[in-house]
Amino acid sequence: MDYQVVIGLEVHVQLKTKSKAFCSCSTEFGLAPNTSVCPVCLGLPGSLPVLNRSALEFAIKVSLALNCQIQRYIRFDRKNYFYPDLPKNYQISQYALPIGKEGFLEIEPQEGIKNRIGIKRVHLEEDAGKLIHTQDYSLVDFNRAGIPLLEIVSYPEISSPDLAYEYLITLKELLSYLDVSDCDMEKGSLRCDANISLKKKEAKELGVKVELKNMNSFKAVKDALSYEVKRQAKILKENRSVIQETRLWDPKEGRTISMRTKEEAQDYRYFPDPDLVPFVLDEEIIERIKESLPVLPHTVREKLKRDFGLTFEQAKFIASEKKLAEYFQSCMEFYPQVKSVYKWLAGPLMAEINERKIDWKDLKISPQEFIGLIKLVDEKRVTQLKAKEILKKMFTLGKSYLSIIEEEGVSQISDLAYLKGIVKEVIEANPKVISDYKEGKTNALMFLVGQVMKKTNKNADPKIVQELLKESIEKS
Amino acid sequence: MELNRLTAKELIKLLAEAKVKIEDIVLALKERIDKIDHKINAYVRKEKDFEFFPKPQGLLKGLPVSVKDNITTDGLNTECCSKILEGFIPPYDATVIKKIKEKGGSIFPFKTNMDEFAFGSSCENSYFGPSHNPWNLEYVTGGSSGGSAAAVAADEAIFALGTDTGGSIRQPASFCGVVGLKPTYGRVSRFGLIAFASSLDVIGPITKDVYDCALLLNIISGYDPSDSTSVNLEVEDFTKDLDKDIKGLKIGLPKEYFVEGLDKEVKTSIDEAVEVLKKLGVEFKEVSLPHTKYAVAVYYIIATAEASSNLARFDGVQYGFRENASNLIEMYKKTRQKGFGQEAKRRILLGTFVLAEGYYEAYYLRAQKVRTLIKKDFDEVFKECDCLLTPTSPTPAFKIGEKIKDPLKMYLSDIFTLSANLAGIPAISIPCGFTKKGLPVGLQLLGKPFSESLILRVAYNYEQNTVWHKMKPKL
Amino acid sequence: MEKKKISIQTVKYIAHLARIELSEEELKLISQQLEKIIDYIDQLKELEIKDVHPTSHILPLENVFRQDLVSYSAITEKVLSSAPQKKDNFFVVPKVIE
Repeated sequence: MDYQVVIGLEVHVQLKTKSKAFCSCSTEFGLAPNTSVCPVCLGLPGSLPVLNRSALEFAIKVSLALNCQIQRYIRFDRKNYFYPDLPKNYQISQYALPIGKEGFLEIEPQEGIKNRIGIKRVHLEEDAGKLIHTQDYSLVDFNRAGIPLLEIVSYPEISSPDLAYEYLITLKELLSYLDVSDCDMEKGSLRCDANISLKKKEAKELGVKVELKNMNSFKAVKDALSYEVKRQAKILKENRSVIQETRLWDPKEGRTISMRTKEEAQDYRYFPDPDLVPFVLDEEIIERIKESLPVLPHTVREKLKRDFGLTFEQAKFIASEKKLAEYFQSCMEFYPQVKSVYKWLAGPLMAEINERKIDWKDLKISPQEFIGLIKLVDEKRVTQLKAKEILKKMFTLGKSYLSIIEEEGVSQISDLAYLKGIVKEVIEANPKVISDYKEGKTNALMFLVGQVMKKTNKNADPKIVQELLKESIEKS
Repeated sequence: MELNRLTAKELIKLLAEAKVKIEDIVLALKERIDKIDHKINAYVRKEKDFEFFPKPQGLLKGLPVSVKDNITTDGLNTECCSKILEGFIPPYDATVIKKIKEKGGSIFPFKTNMDEFAFGSSCENSYFGPSHNPWNLEYVTGGSSGGSAAAVAADEAIFALGTDTGGSIRQPASFCGVVGLKPTYGRVSRFGLIAFASSLDVIGPITKDVYDCALLLNIISGYDPSDSTSVNLEVEDFTKDLDKDIKGLKIGLPKEYFVEGLDKEVKTSIDEAVEVLKKLGVEFKEVSLPHTKYAVAVYYIIATAEASSNLARFDGVQYGFRENASNLIEMYKKTRQKGFGQEAKRRILLGTFVLAEGYYEAYYLRAQKVRTLIKKDFDEVFKECDCLLTPTSPTPAFKIGEKIKDPLKMYLSDIFTLSANLAGIPAISIPCGFTKKGLPVGLQLLGKPFSESLILRVAYNYEQNTVWHKMKPKL
Repeated sequence: MEKKKISIQTVKYIAHLARIELSEEELKLISQQLEKIIDYIDQLKELEIKDVHPTSHILPLENVFRQDLVSYSAITEKVLSSAPQKKDNFFVVPKVIE
C-alpha cells in the first residue's frame, strides 16, 4: 500500500480505588441503580468535591510507569457540556495542567522489533453515570458517576491495527502489574477510542483524521481500524477526500458508520475548578511512589529470558501477569528445571486455571506443592497422566499432593515383572481385541493399554505398557 | 416586652435563667410575622399554621436562626427563590446548619427571601416578589440577602444567615440598618451553600448587633473536611475581646471610595462615624486602592463565569421544575427558559460568553489577572493599616423598581462591596446613621484575612458608643 | 455603523451552549443589555497585565485530600421521590437524539 497508517489511541481506565474520586461512595460494580450515590456524586445543589488521595497516587503510579514527566503543579478544570449522565453538566477533569506528559509505552510485537509509542498525556477525571436508551426515553443510573478515570492519550505514532492491538495488550498488562484497574472492557473499566488517518508516504502533512468510537474489546479496536484503513484507502485511491468525522463501530455488520448528527466542534469552556485547590507534587511524594512501583513487565520479560533462557514467546507468556511471573520464579527457586516447570505451568496448570476461571492471585496451590508434583513425574514415580489427575484433585479437594498420593496408594509402577503379569492377564481376557490388532486395527492396542492402566490404577507408564503389550502379542 | 425584639444574647440569658420559655419566643415571632410580613415579604413559602417546637438545649437554648433560601436544610425546601428549584427538598443539611443544631439552635421553618440564585442587589429578582424595606416599604431591602436583613430589622427574626458573593450580606444589612458580616473566604464551610460563584461565595451572620454577630460567627465557623476550600484554623471566640479598646488602631480611608457619586448624606454619616472613632483613639490615614474602579468589571466576569457553570446542573433531570418535551435538548432549553428569571439568564449568558473559545483570554483570563492586582492593592494597604473604613454602599436604599430595568446601573451600586470578595477578606457593615428620609446608612470595615476579631472589636466599640443599633422601624 | 460587541448570532450561539431557549424578544433585549455590559467590562483592556499571574484560588491552600474510605449515604429514596420522572430506580429523561 502506498499509504502510511497513522493511529492514535485514547484509553480511559477506571481506577480501582475503594471510593469514588471526589466522595466516599463505593465504586463497587453491579449494584442496584442509584444506590451508591450521595449529594456530591449526584451533583446536588450545595455539594462540593474533595479529592481521593489514592486516585491521585494511582495516577502518579501510572504516569511514572509510562515514563511521563510528572507535573509538579497540577489542578483540576471543569469541562462544561450538557448530558443526562453528567449530574452537574460539567465533568471535573484536567485540561491545562495534567499529571503526566511526554511519556512512552514500548511495545514488542515480535522478538527484536520494538516500537516506542509516545504518550502525550495522562490525566485524572471523574466518570459519568450510565444511560440506558429505550425507544422513547432514557434511564439514568448515577452509580458510576464520580468513579475516578485515568485518561491516557497516545501520540498518533501507531502504524497499524495490529500494533494498536499490541499497544492495548501491553498497556493492560502494565496497568495490571500496577494493580490500579481491572482493565475489563466488558465491564467498562477500560474504554478505548481511536483516531486514524492515512497519508501518502512522501506527504509531509497528516491526512484527515477520523475518530472511532463504540469498540468494546481489543479485537473490536483492531477490526474497526482494519476496516477504516480499507475504507479510507479506497476513498483516497478514487481521488476523493476523507471526511473528518466521528464514526461508530458496528460489530454486527463489521463496519464503521458515520454518526448522523452534524458534529459541531464542542466548546467545553474549560476553566480551573474553583471548588478544588491545586496540588503540588513534590519530590518526596514522587520518590515514595516510584519506590513502590513493582518491577514492570518488560523488565520481567528480559529477566526471564536472561536468567532462565526462556524464548521470547515463553517469556511474554509468563510475564503477561505479575502473579504468574512470580509463581514461575518461585517454582524455579525450588526446582530449577526450566523445561519441566514451563511445560507443566503453561500446560496442565494453565488449563486448570482457565477451566475454573481463577485469577492467578487466587491460586491456592503453592509453588512448593506444584514443584513437588512435577518432581515426582520427573523422577518417574508417578505417570504424567496420573499427575494431571492429582493436580485436578488438588484443586477440587484442596488437599496437598502428598495426602492425595497417600490416600490412593499411588506410585508409578516400573516393576517390569509385575507389569508383565498384568499384561498377560489383559491379553488373555481379550482374545477378540488381539485378533483385531493383528488385523491392523491400531485402536485395539490403545484399548489394551487402557485396560492395563485400569488394572494398575493408572500407575504404569503407558509407553512401557504399550511396548510390553506389543512384545507379548508378537510372541503369541 | 415583645420577646422577638430582643437580641440573641438577651434571650439566651432569659432562657438560661428560666425567665422565658422557647415556646414564648416562637410565639412572639409567629405573631410578628402574621402581623407584618405580608408587607415586608421577608419570608417565602409561609404557611399559616406550622409546627415548630425547638428543644431548649445547648449554647443557643433552641433559639431559631432564620436561613436564606440558598442554604440547604434537610427535609426543608431550599429553592434559591427560583422557579427552577420548585419543590426541591435537600436530603442533607449544610455544614453550617449542622453546626447550629449541634450548638442547640433551631432552624426557622420558613426560609428568607433572596434575589434568585443570589443574582441581585435589591431582592427584586425573587420568584416570590421583592422584599420591602422595613424603614420604608416603598424602598428595596437591598440584596441578595434582602429577606434575612429585613426579617432581622423588623424583628421577624432573632438572627439570620445570609450569603455574600459581592456584597449580598453587607449591602442589605446597610439598607436595613442591621449588622452583616462577610467572613474571610474559607472561614465558614460552603458545603450546602447552593453555589453562585464558588471562589467568592461566603455564608455569614445578619444580626441586630455586633455581639450576636460574633456569637453566630463562633458557631458557623470552622474547618470542614467536606469543603476543599475550607481553612484548617483554630476557631477563636469572637465574642471574647469585643469590648477591649481600640486605642492606637490605624484605620485606612481608601480615597477611591470617597469620590463623586457618593451620596451626600451617606458621606455625612460616615464623616461623623470617623469622628466617633477618633474619639475612641483610632488613627485615620488616607490610603489608595488604585484598582477599585475595575472591581465591577472583574467581578461580573469571574462571578458570572463560575455561575454559568454552577447553574448548568439545573436542567430538570433530577429535581425541581421540568418542562416536558419530546426530546432531551428541548427539555433542557425550555426548562431553563421557563425556570430561570431574567437576571439569571443574563448572568448565565454573560458567564458562558466570557468562557467561550475566542473570548476566554480577553475576558476570563484577563479578569483573573486583574483580580490579582486588586488583591495586591489590599496587601499593600494592610501593611500600614489594621483595617479600612468605607461606606457600605454609595447610596442608601433606592425605590423598588428604580434600577431594575438597567442591569448595569444595578451592578455599579455594588462598587464598594465587591472588592472584599475578590480579595477574600472579611468585611462587616454596621449601621451608622439615617438619611433625612429615615433610611439607614451603613459603614463598612474591611480587615486582613482572618482578622474578624479585630473588625468586630472596632464595630463593637463604635456601636456601644452610638444609638443606631437600638433604633427600630415603625411598623 | 458602530461595530457591535456582541452580535445577535453570537447570543444565539451562547444561548445554545447554555441550553437556554430565548424568544425573539428575549433575544433582542438580552443582546442589547449584554452589549452595554460587555462594553463596560471591556475597560479591563486598558490595563497592562502581561506579567501578572492569574488568581484561580484566593487562598494559598494546596493538597487537600480525603482518604480512600467508603461510607454509605442512603439518600436514594429521598432523591428519587422528588425526581420529575422516574421508573423503578432510574431517573427518566426524554430520549436523547443522537
